[in-house]
Amino acid sequence: MGRPKIARKSTIVDMTAMCDVAFLLLSFFILTTKPKPSEAVPIQTPKSVANKFVPDKNVLMISLNNEGHVYLSFGDNGDDRAKKKSALEDINQRNNLGLTSGEIDALAKQPFIGTPLAQLKQQAHLTNDQITAKNLPGIPTQDTTNNQMTEWIRAATTAYAGGHMDLILKGDNIAKYPVFKNILTAFKKNEQFKFQMVTNQANVPQGTDLYKENMSKKPV
Amino acid sequence: MAEMDTSGGGGHKKGPGVKKGKKLSTRVDLTPMVDLGFLLITFFVFTTTISQPTAMRLALPDDKVKPEDQNKIKQSGALTILLGKDNNVFYYEGELALDASNFKSSNFKDIRDEIIRKKQQADTNLVVVIKPNDESTYKNFIDILDEMSINVVKRYAVVDISDVEDQLIRRTEGEPVPQQ
Repeated sequence: MGRPKIARKSTIVDMTAMCDVAFLLLSFFILTTKPKPSEAVPIQTPKSVANKFVPDKNVLMISLNNEGHVYLSFGDNGDDRAKKKSALEDINQRNNLGLTSGEIDALAKQPFIGTPLAQLKQQAHLTNDQITAKNLPGIPTQDTTNNQMTEWIRAATTAYAGGHMDLILKGDNIAKYPVFKNILTAFKKNEQFKFQMVTNQANVPQGTDLYKENMSKKPV
Repeated sequence: MAEMDTSGGGGHKKGPGVKKGKKLSTRVDLTPMVDLGFLLITFFVFTTTISQPTAMRLALPDDKVKPEDQNKIKQSGALTILLGKDNNVFYYEGELALDASNFKSSNFKDIRDEIIRKKQQADTNLVVVIKPNDESTYKNFIDILDEMSINVVKRYAVVDISDVEDQLIRRTEGEPVPQQ
């Protein structure tokens, strides 16, 4: 009761500055996340506990959508594009497709290849908007007699000869097994025995052997 | 608790006889807006790291390897998993009995328990043989490979399904056996 009263100072903090910083950081993150490319080939990949990341250089990506259509794309950088061009020239020569160098250039710039060899000339004339899974029938991989994927993998292997090439397969959840098997046959025929499959990340279920292994590795 | 003073410049005589000289000081508290801002930031921070798709590795066996080497699996350690349509999973241990008495059905949840049980029983002799039939999907295949890695099964193989097994699956699923 006789306590001397401490002079109270104002405890109001001005939050305007904090608000500015918050929105600046927010804009930074919004702008730096790469806008998701509107998928020309919509694919729902299955989940897996694998934890290695998909490489994005020196890659050859084979996409398998839910209808069983197969599309082929190369990496998205200058190096891979040059390899794509030499693979196209190789295919042009071997199969006598009669593609002009202008058409080969156009094809090299397109996001993926999705037609049988006979229709490659027509694909060269399509604009990028028209190149979607709906319009293009995909590379024939249906039966073992007409597996054009073998031809493409062969051309790609020669283009990347001497260097490193990663084969990645991006398949849809409901794609049926036979087409997948034919793609694997195409790989085997070209002596490509290692490849990776794109999946979504899933956590390792608790209590399983892999979980225990990961836990024991933790203290690094 | 910033103050946004919207009371307007006081002392501004607007027109004749404006009686509303009352200053309304609206103090807007910006704390919730800051909270919102940081929430959105954490959202974007986390979505950029997670959206990287991961890759699952698979090495294919060389077909040129002599078939005699392939048969060196001890039947006691062999577990064959068959994949059918509609996410059906069937399995049997060792060799398929002539009357198919050891042909059992399962689903993706229970197959893990089966694999664990077989692993404890066979230990280093464990070999899992995966045989997907034509009606199974890519997801089934990846899920089974995932089970291999979750249960740390070091030896497994993907083999073409035989006609006997295919017919057995179709009969169990209730499908009419296709005419050969």
